[in-house]
Amino acid sequence: MKKLLSLFLLLLSVNVFASGGVDLQEADIDLGDKVSLQRGAKHFVTYCLGCHSAKQIRYLRIAKDLGLDEKHVLKDIAPEGAGIYEQLHSAMNKHDAEKWFGTQPPDLSLIARSRGADWLYSYLKGFYVDKNRPFGVNNAIFEDVGMPNPLWQLQGEQQPIFEVNGEKRVLEKLISSSAGTQSPEEFDRTVNDLVNFLVYVGEPVQLERQEMGKYVIFYLLMFLVISYFLKKEYWKDVH
Amino acid sequence: MNLKPTRLRMCGNWILERFPLAQVWNEHMAHYYAPKNFNFWYFFGSLALLVLVNQFVTGILLTMNYKPDAKLAFDSVEYIMRDVSWGWLVRYMHSTGASAFFIVIYLHMFRGLLYGSFKQPRELIWIFGMLLFVALMAEAFMGYLLPWGQMSYWGAQVIISLFSAIPVIGDDLSLWIRGDYVISDATLNRFFAFHVIAVPLVLVLLVFMHIVALHEVGSNNPDGVDIKKSKDPWGHPVDGIPFHPYYTVKDVVGVAVFLLFFATVIFYMPEMGGYFLEHANFIPADPMKTPEHIAPVWYFTPFYSILRAIPDKFAGVIGMGGSIVVLFLLPWLDRGKVKSIRYRGGIYKKALMLFVISFIALGYLGTQPVTPLATIMARIFTAIYFGFFLLMPIYTRWEKLKPVPNHLTMQPTLEERIPEMIAVFNEVIETQSVTTEDGETVSKTRFNPTGAKNVLVRTAKNLKESLD
Repeated sequence: MKKLLSLFLLLLSVNVFASGGVDLQEADIDLGDKVSLQRGAKHFVTYCLGCHSAKQIRYLRIAKDLGLDEKHVLKDIAPEGAGIYEQLHSAMNKHDAEKWFGTQPPDLSLIARSRGADWLYSYLKGFYVDKNRPFGVNNAIFEDVGMPNPLWQLQGEQQPIFEVNGEKRVLEKLISSSAGTQSPEEFDRTVNDLVNFLVYVGEPVQLERQEMGKYVIFYLLMFLVISYFLKKEYWKDVH
Repeated sequence: MNLKPTRLRMCGNWILERFPLAQVWNEHMAHYYAPKNFNFWYFFGSLALLVLVNQFVTGILLTMNYKPDAKLAFDSVEYIMRDVSWGWLVRYMHSTGASAFFIVIYLHMFRGLLYGSFKQPRELIWIFGMLLFVALMAEAFMGYLLPWGQMSYWGAQVIISLFSAIPVIGDDLSLWIRGDYVISDATLNRFFAFHVIAVPLVLVLLVFMHIVALHEVGSNNPDGVDIKKSKDPWGHPVDGIPFHPYYTVKDVVGVAVFLLFFATVIFYMPEMGGYFLEHANFIPADPMKTPEHIAPVWYFTPFYSILRAIPDKFAGVIGMGGSIVVLFLLPWLDRGKVKSIRYRGGIYKKALMLFVISFIALGYLGTQPVTPLATIMARIFTAIYFGFFLLMPIYTRWEKLKPVPNHLTMQPTLEERIPEMIAVFNEVIETQSVTTEDGETVSKTRFNPTGAKNVLVRTAKNLKESLD
């Protein structure tokens, strides 16, 4: 009962998203860009799949939707030993995850639908050095997140600039303190490809449904015209 | 045409001798006389029936792959979305259908408020309709738990915890409803049972009673005139036309327009910006993690706002319940002698306008996090909401009524008003043919501020006049 009451109070309190003073950056999502999706799939398996699964999608579906043949997916994208009908399972087991991170890394199949593309894009670019955190990094978008920066080698390190406002410290911006293996432009593209892929994984059917929608709406317009004239014909004698 | 007693015909006759098919058809379709002046607002009854059928068909298909189990439910929905052939379409039709149902029903109910369709002798139709609305809310609430996302879980948690605010029996009652101390597998299973069989049966029964009661007294109309008063020598109402084929073909046009909107949402914006499918519901239910902001789906938000606006929890629950109960009492609260808003006094028109504004505002506030200002606004709108109903016995007595005609009036239809709309458009956007230096004649369009001002002033004047 107490829990429910506190939940109720929580509802009444103001909703503050844990996001310092940093605005979200806009991701450039284009599901028609198959090459970007292919790169994103590769990045996902390389940098994310170690800890996070995407258990709602199968390698076969990725092969079909991204215009790749099955052998190519198994050889170049999927990890060693994965089968084409398998879902994107993580190699890390639950027990280890709890030991290492204190919690199980969430499945990422629907992360783009719950968080949105811009949030993911900004989050992945938002890690900065913070010696007080267990993994030495904090995040501008998701404060005190229990996740290390998987892309740090590509991005390099970022230092936070805080604006001190009385007792509160508000994050103003991040500046690069050491270069990574990729230039800032290359890194933006890598993150964008990754987010593009996650948006695709969130709902693999979206391109198909938009394509189909045109025909359905065209049919309904025809149906409307015909039914309108049918009505007019029947109603001629009503005054 | 000479119909020979073929084998097929004999089969047909065999049935007709034993089942009054023709009689039922005639009574409710071919010989059911409806007023001939139904307007836009009269499409929503048949559309509600269409959406109900859509929910049944897609719902049956969904149960074939859905698993009502706390461990499997969330993944089974994603399985439907990805691996089941056409599963995504069926699921979106069902989820969009839920929201469409409430849009259609709210417009259908508003029609009742406009034209006094709840007034004598149609009180029982209104009561059945209100019972349908309550059953529909129960159906939607329990259906929303089934995807087993975060919002499903915590939304249900919040709403069921409301029962625990009832003194003495509250805690036991909410325990009894949940079947557990928190929302759990037990709750999911019973909600599934209610959502797929118990409540749909009630809905079908109530729809049947709603229509039988309607056909007993006959349909109301935008003039609120009783068409049975003047009949032709054959006993048919002079101002009536058979429902079939006139209104069946007309409703088909309404269906086409509705489906255009429906398909646009399904194919291009199934989440509707987080209103039809909430973002947080794509995270599996987690009893240990409360979402930052719990908001019910949009169609519950006006009532949810009323709940939040009242400071005491139990009083809030009473207020929310009361906001529904008061709708049931409408036929007896309204003391106006005239049905249609066309002949009612200005006071009812203004009250209705305020009510609509406060209902929409409450709906909007219910989707937003609480701030002190929002709470004050919600309280004001809650007061207006209840004021509309509870003060009705007083203010409807003062109404200055306009004379009601004996026969139906035919207002210009939407298509007949097209020339008028074109004229207004031309007044705002001027077209001039200008001869350029090359000697060519080019027509230029430009925005005409004085024309626009005239149109605005005229609209305001018309609005003021129509509210008197």
